[in-house]
Amino acid sequence: MKVAIIGVGSTEFGELWEKSFRSIFLSAGLSALEDAGIGGKEIEAIYVGNMSGGKFIDQEHIAALIADHSGLAEFGIPAVRVENADASGGSAFRQAYMAVASGIHDIVIAAGVEKVTDANDPMEILSTAIDQEWERFVGANLPAIYALIARLHMHRFGTTEEDLAMVAVKNHRNAVHNPRAQFRREVSIEDVMSSPYVVEPLKVLDCAPLSDGASAVILASEEVAKKLCDTPIYVDACTQASDYMSIQNRRDVLTFEAVVRASREAYKIAGIEAKDIDVAEVHDSFTIAEILAYEDLGFAKKGEGMKLIREGETEIGGKIPVNTSGGLKACGHAVGATGIRQIVDLVLQLRGEAGKRQVNADKALALNIGGSGATAVVSILSR
Amino acid sequence: MIGIVSYGTYIPKFRIKIDEIARIWNEDANAIKQSLGVFEKSVPDVDEDTATMAVEASREAVTRAKIDPKRIGAVFVGSESHPYAVKPTATIVGEALGVGNHYFCADLEFACKAATAGIQICYAMVKAGMIEYGLAIGSDVAQARPGDALEYAAGAGAVAILVGKDPIAVIEATVSYTSDTPDFWRRDLQPYPSHGGRFTGSPAYFRHIINAVRRLMEEHGYSAKDFDYAVFHQPNAKFPQRVASMLGFSEEKIADGMLVRVIGNTYSASSLMGLCGVLDKAKPGERILLASFGSGAGSDAFAIYVTEKILEFPRNARVWDKAKSGVYIDYGLYLKHRRMIR
Repeated sequence: MKVAIIGVGSTEFGELWEKSFRSIFLSAGLSALEDAGIGGKEIEAIYVGNMSGGKFIDQEHIAALIADHSGLAEFGIPAVRVENADASGGSAFRQAYMAVASGIHDIVIAAGVEKVTDANDPMEILSTAIDQEWERFVGANLPAIYALIARLHMHRFGTTEEDLAMVAVKNHRNAVHNPRAQFRREVSIEDVMSSPYVVEPLKVLDCAPLSDGASAVILASEEVAKKLCDTPIYVDACTQASDYMSIQNRRDVLTFEAVVRASREAYKIAGIEAKDIDVAEVHDSFTIAEILAYEDLGFAKKGEGMKLIREGETEIGGKIPVNTSGGLKACGHAVGATGIRQIVDLVLQLRGEAGKRQVNADKALALNIGGSGATAVVSILSR
Repeated sequence: MIGIVSYGTYIPKFRIKIDEIARIWNEDANAIKQSLGVFEKSVPDVDEDTATMAVEASREAVTRAKIDPKRIGAVFVGSESHPYAVKPTATIVGEALGVGNHYFCADLEFACKAATAGIQICYAMVKAGMIEYGLAIGSDVAQARPGDALEYAAGAGAVAILVGKDPIAVIEATVSYTSDTPDFWRRDLQPYPSHGGRFTGSPAYFRHIINAVRRLMEEHGYSAKDFDYAVFHQPNAKFPQRVASMLGFSEEKIADGMLVRVIGNTYSASSLMGLCGVLDKAKPGERILLASFGSGAGSDAFAIYVTEKILEFPRNARVWDKAKSGVYIDYGLYLKHRRMIR
């Protein structure tokens, strides 16, 4: 059964010190319902992506909490929390998609939420997304893994620190016009190059921030969507793949096999090729991750990802605009919400509601990654 | 007319450069100096603490006022580094000054703004006719865990403000803005404070100072142009610069108070040290905005108007002269002076 997105909503991403976990997911959920023009009682199930409520805010059993505080406990509908590190949002979206595609539910909500600024050391918590025994205990953390990948990419293919900086510069430029972005300001190559190293060769401005934020989308069967909505956005494919957790076990450190598998399967299901994608939101938790995404999604050959950024092909107006929202780097990375936030931004693009960031697009792709690539979720949307 | 009758300051003799601290932690000194706007900080001697510095500053204030200390009816010491958890610093100061025994006395704690709260209390007591003079003191040997970002700016110093009638500077108005905001704290029995990183900025420092100053201006009909000088709490040089620009004050109006650049953040004494830097050169008819900030959190804002009396008031040695003359020590001596090694 064909599945459509009929409503989207998102909070601002950033350091939302004045707002609580429950207030941000409520705000995102309500704006998605409002956008869809439906009430809560029409929702049949809730899928929520959240990486680590237990560690960030000492709260587990998040799906039930959301059902309760959004007034849906009244109807007793099922609520499920999905955890896949920073691919939690994308994975929740896939669960929601499958629930409708299978015919079990007609209308469901897929949400993502993370509140990180109430915690002591969110960076430590984020590094629980890598293998504790094989990676963390021997001294690596998430930025260190990506730094290793970046170093090898530079060594093998000639990618430079300036290439990485260009990714941050592009994404910041895009975020200027995104009202929900955390960093609505441009940065220069010099700004990025002179920011302090986090782990060589990655600098502060190569890394996505950790953000608070929540996003929600309403999915419905094609039949229901057509009744409720003038501009349904269809989910042509939503695929997910896994890879070895720690990088030493992978065939090639520079290839996220999960991204390759999920995207190839998605293209097959949607009946398209990589070159047919008009706009993409990819998981640039670190600038090198965006270069890898270009390659693993098939936008560029392996080892040639940096050419796309050098030639401006992924800017707004380029051949394949990437991260028109500002991406994780500049829109912000509210870990469990990011996968849903990507869908929200692509829906706005396909509806023609992206304002100054608008590109001409029929087919859109979202890539949400967990940790250092052991989970990848790829969604293809169309008008 | 009630206000500041006299003031005294004390800055310990020793200095440590940001470069020296950065050398120990293998950090980029220039980047730190650039981001904080602080270049060196004051360090007390091994036998100096909040009480001894409070006495030094108070002695200068009382000497300059040329009054019998027995006319002081209240002594309040604001600090977050009182030597005793139980037993007041203020009694040590009162005894050393020879205030006598019939005086109101207490230690105050409100992070970096306890001393401006002391000024408000003294002002109210003089106004109520309970006392003739009140002494409000801010004194701190600022605590910072070695290696913490706080270490680059945590200085030491004391300021004593004598409040009474017929002042050198009238307190025209004062208001406070207070909320329960955990931006910076030190739990009982902990040696060093904890802080919320960037949370100490917009929800804490900026929100409280801006709300206090705006209320002061609205309630009493001032605008930024009515003030010749502005002094804000100085945890570093960047925060007061930014809050000044947000409130419409030029760099020039805050320059004379920016002691933080050379002595660091003297916590309870910080904004008052800046005020004294301004009073050292202020002329009759000039008006000063003072806004303290204390974590936890609150801000006290004052409109202070300089009178003719300041012309005959002895202002040497001036705060900037004290701040600029120091003896540099290395990190090892710094640890010894701060009694982290004994």
